[in-house]
Amino acid sequence: MSDGERRDMGSKLSFGRGRPGRTAVTLPDCDVPLAEMPSPSLLRDDLPLPEMSQPEIVRYFTNLACLNYSVDTGFYPLGSCSMKYNPKLHEDLARLSGFAQVHPLQPIETVQGALALMHELQGFLAEITGMHAVSLAPAAGAHGELTSILTVRAYLEHRGESRHKVLVPDSAHGTNLATVSTAGFQCLPIASDARGNTDLAALAEALDEDVAALMLTLPNTLGLFDQNIVQIAQMVHETGAQLYCDGANLNALLGQVKIGDLGFDVVQMNLHKTFSTPHGGGGPGAGPVAVKAHLAPFLPSPFVGQAANGAYVFEEPEHSIGKVGAFHGNFGIMVRAYAYIRSLGAPGLREVSENAVLNANYLLACLREAYDLPYERRCLHEVVFSGSRQRAKGVHTSDVAKRLIDYGFHPPTVYFPLIVDEALMIEPTETESKETLDAFCEAMLVIAREAEEEPELLRSAPHDAPLRRLDEAAAARHPVLRWQREDQA
Amino acid sequence: MSNPYVPNTDGDRRAMLERIGVASVDALFDDIPAHCRNPGLTLPPALSEMELARELAQMAARNRSIAETPCFLGAGAYRHFIPSVVDYVIRQGAFATAYTPYQPEISQGTLQSIFEFQSLVCELTGMDVANAGMYDGASALAEACLMAVRITGRERLALLSTVNPSYQRVVRTYAEGHALPVDVMTPDGPALSEKHACLVVQQPNFFGYLEDVEELERRAHAAGALYIVVPEPMSLGMFRPPGEYGADIVVAEGQALGVPLSFGGPYVGLFATRREHIRQMPGRLVGQTKDVDGRTGYVLTLQTREQHIRRERATSNICTNEQLCALAATVYLCALGKQGLRRVAELCYHKAHYAAERIAAVPGYSLPLTGTFFQEFVVRCPRPPREVNAALLERGIIGGLDVSEQIDGGMLLCVTEMNGREEVDHLVDALREIGA
Repeated sequence: MSDGERRDMGSKLSFGRGRPGRTAVTLPDCDVPLAEMPSPSLLRDDLPLPEMSQPEIVRYFTNLACLNYSVDTGFYPLGSCSMKYNPKLHEDLARLSGFAQVHPLQPIETVQGALALMHELQGFLAEITGMHAVSLAPAAGAHGELTSILTVRAYLEHRGESRHKVLVPDSAHGTNLATVSTAGFQCLPIASDARGNTDLAALAEALDEDVAALMLTLPNTLGLFDQNIVQIAQMVHETGAQLYCDGANLNALLGQVKIGDLGFDVVQMNLHKTFSTPHGGGGPGAGPVAVKAHLAPFLPSPFVGQAANGAYVFEEPEHSIGKVGAFHGNFGIMVRAYAYIRSLGAPGLREVSENAVLNANYLLACLREAYDLPYERRCLHEVVFSGSRQRAKGVHTSDVAKRLIDYGFHPPTVYFPLIVDEALMIEPTETESKETLDAFCEAMLVIAREAEEEPELLRSAPHDAPLRRLDEAAAARHPVLRWQREDQA
Repeated sequence: MSNPYVPNTDGDRRAMLERIGVASVDALFDDIPAHCRNPGLTLPPALSEMELARELAQMAARNRSIAETPCFLGAGAYRHFIPSVVDYVIRQGAFATAYTPYQPEISQGTLQSIFEFQSLVCELTGMDVANAGMYDGASALAEACLMAVRITGRERLALLSTVNPSYQRVVRTYAEGHALPVDVMTPDGPALSEKHACLVVQQPNFFGYLEDVEELERRAHAAGALYIVVPEPMSLGMFRPPGEYGADIVVAEGQALGVPLSFGGPYVGLFATRREHIRQMPGRLVGQTKDVDGRTGYVLTLQTREQHIRRERATSNICTNEQLCALAATVYLCALGKQGLRRVAELCYHKAHYAAERIAAVPGYSLPLTGTFFQEFVVRCPRPPREVNAALLERGIIGGLDVSEQIDGGMLLCVTEMNGREEVDHLVDALREIGA
């Protein structure tokens, strides 16, 4: 398929491809006597699905894949997402028959290998975070956040305390605030100070007996380690509230510090970020939760324990919040994360954080002349610049982002965190080479010059992508959310 | 260096440190309180790729794979044939290693696939709109209940007792945060009131049998509650879709559509509704639009419902759509197509009925439930199902789910196109021996 044809793929969906009568799969004849069919009133008349041959399907989806940018094709410095390389062996391992072809309700004695893996992974994650117990049940980071907050709620209620508020710094991920509401709490924002830390005065003012928890991202979304953390932990605990860590940015801290040692009571991890399972274009991931001992009895079911005879068993924590998913969590993702930890060991994990932080600081050093740095500090795993200097020339951060596409790079996260004007949030990860970082910096510096000299070039970017800018406003005004058959149109 | 995924050499690191202006990498971590620095991690030593492959193969071998063992378990996770094209597509790095498609110009592969998925889910369920996917069927149901509360302004949930117990537990977990009472009702006469936001019905129900979905629809709507239906997607290859019998929200576990069992996850929840409720939907939505050159393309849309824009007023905190699983379902539905899906559904139906009839003819066994079933049914065993299952396992068969807590002596069996006649006959013979 030519590039031009590929650009036009959007106009032809699976329903418009293929022809009546085609199929991509052969199926066996029925080897049992046919049963009487149910009453026709129970059956459907039509099953309007595509009819494509196997080669058509493979070509269609392979050409679609060619329209995607991915970690396997290039540098993906998307802040707060840890878009690192995903080891290929792990894909094979998750597909081993003994992992992939196991039913979740099989007798416990037939799944001891799976439970052993889960049990060990619980232990590894507890060790890495300095916590006492781990639940692998949550299916994603935000699911882990919700699980954590519900666990805190159950703990407080068990103590006879009814608290209604959760504090969330203004640099938090949007999920944190939505999590607080989904868990039935009221959300109270806390300001950051001029250094990018939590503002202690604002925190002191907000903390009272009605606060259930403070949700703190560490390092925060500015890529900064909160220098007040020891004091924050003390203040939060003095009021009887719990200290929650959004561990989405754990990549920066592997082997450098344990979250639990800093005074946190609970942390969620994103296996698809720190532990290198593929992002999949939007999942599946996994969001395990690690807690201190006092919260362990409230974790969701199931928890993998070990019986006296050494056999692994599913256990229900004593005061469990219940189940958060139908089965035991995203096991296929656990296999990949387990493999990652086993392949690297403690020294290898430390090299992750060292090089992730080194790479981010190198970008900071190379780009600070051309882009404004809102907080004059060294960063950890990601650096946040402001495009305010470029905006003065009529060029927005989104234009800088789109122009990067022309130079072969995925844009950074933009307009986040909200507290930085025209934010550009860049996370290189440890799996990028110095050559790649240098090429990226070169492109960013050229773009900064272009913003001065040829701003229109940025405002109309990308020029060299499968599609040019799309009309998102029209998509929202007149939503077309599904293929329409001609008889329905 | 012991990390094969890190390209920096010592030389690179020296050059970079010099540019940064610090003496060591360690200095970059100065903000961490000194008393907590460098805790040391106690983890097993690193393994080479070869050793790791061997070690995990051994771990996997400690599980009984149902590729080699006849298995009659269903209860929310189903063993179906997955054509090779499905994994071929989802393994492609350009799909697997991309992020959420926030930059549409370079993410059309993912976006168009999601649009396909939404369209296919609509066709399958008979609903107007579907989102890009949820964590799984159970959490999708919990979100559907919260959505019904938002739409109706009512604060009680009603579920039929024949809904998967595990789903009931997940609904309770989510409801707890909002102090929503959950009423569990029998299918014969759900006592709905004007306080109920929704009635949840599983079709076929947890025990495999069809509910009287039309009568239940009348009762739900007569009480002013939303009607939430949880169909088994493979059953929709032959049975009427919920859109035809008045469902307001349809949620389902999408695993049966090309996603491996994988010990319970990752799966993908399907979520569909009527057009008037679009803005109360949780999760991601992809819409069709044009680029500046007039080419058709796809973008994430109606994002003002979502957490990254609406924050604490979002319809949900969900931030994923289990995209690779949704893509698997998309490719699966395209591959089976119009004829194939119906054919697989009918194979399941005929084989399950063959099994049920033969087991019911074995002395001591009976079918305690009556009505129409699809691929699952309950058998009443002459001995406790736990003992029957243990005896089956000794004979190399994984039996059904013990549901004796709900149905006296009950074992929930599932038969799909994967169970050959020989396997079923083997099961029947084994049950005869065990029951004797």
